[in-house]
Amino acid sequence: MNIVITDKDMKKINYCLNKMVSSSMAHSVLLIDRSGQLIAHHGNTPELDILSLSALTAANFGATAEIARILGEEEFTLLFHKGKNENVYFSAVGEHVILVTLFDDRTSLGLIRLQINKIIDELSSILFSIFEKGRVKLSDPFRPSS
Amino acid sequence: MPFINFSKDEIQCKIVYYGAGFCGKTTNLQYIYNQTMEDIKGKMVSIDTKGDRTLFFDFLSLSLGKIRGFDIRVQLYTVPGQVHYDATRKLVLKGVDGVVFVADSLKVQRKKNIESLINLAKNLAEKGISIRSIPLVIQYNKRDLDGTDSEILPFDILEKDLNSMLKVPSFSASALKGNGVFETLREISKLVVKDVSRKIMLLDKQLR
Repeated sequence: MNIVITDKDMKKINYCLNKMVSSSMAHSVLLIDRSGQLIAHHGNTPELDILSLSALTAANFGATAEIARILGEEEFTLLFHKGKNENVYFSAVGEHVILVTLFDDRTSLGLIRLQINKIIDELSSILFSIFEKGRVKLSDPFRPSS
Repeated sequence: MPFINFSKDEIQCKIVYYGAGFCGKTTNLQYIYNQTMEDIKGKMVSIDTKGDRTLFFDFLSLSLGKIRGFDIRVQLYTVPGQVHYDATRKLVLKGVDGVVFVADSLKVQRKKNIESLINLAKNLAEKGISIRSIPLVIQYNKRDLDGTDSEILPFDILEKDLNSMLKVPSFSASALKGNGVFETLREISKLVVKDVSRKIMLLDKQLR
């Protein structure tokens, strides 16, 4: 499967992420796929190593999914890490993608969760169409030769 | 699973260094990290134990320049080599576009190399990927031990053990000293990019 993101897709994604940042007062949001690739990010992250953050987030989510499996759960769909100044909220968006929200004490966990719930369906449908496009059109003819 | 971003004209690919424990996967990444210029690399991230054994993975992001107007970025990962970390290896293999199999040239590691290659084939198959179709390069590491007290296997024995069926590009290397490290990286990058380019060309045709 290949993931092809067009300009139009990216505009839709950025619109959602922008809405999320402005309505929740989070300082940044990242959208990553579960293999650790960064799809999009929005907000104020000049000093942040977002590529490493993406890889670690995917690993964290994968490891937690295994914990869930051991406990008889299908998956934990959200994770929250609280720090002294910075907090991170991870939410699964459909089958393939994770939304990472970074925020500090200028906002609250409640507001973050509320706004995530508002945009998650919209994001899911955009991403679903991107991933379906990759699966249907591009999977079979592209098996590389050895 | 390459990410082709037409909005940013960027392609992101994932290359995984695979192999038995202590074969030198992390050492490969460390050498690459130490020898590349600041402007093309990200930070190297390692999740390891106190004994310097990889617990989860190492990660390094590199920019390879432009092809057909697209910025090519590769994410290099290693897996933990120890047998009981199979669940972790499966997690790291998610979305892989190319694999470097690092084999330990030490004679005592012969069986472990073969077991690890079989484990790679099995874990790829679980993801619906054939080891014969994914871009793959084999690196025979620790060749610098030749002529020392440590007994190492000759190149042709290693080829027979690991590459007689696959017939993929293979390299002698010393990850510690750097010989063969960039040759391996260059070859796997070339294979992965070629594979992705073919996909872009086909995609272009489909979109027209």
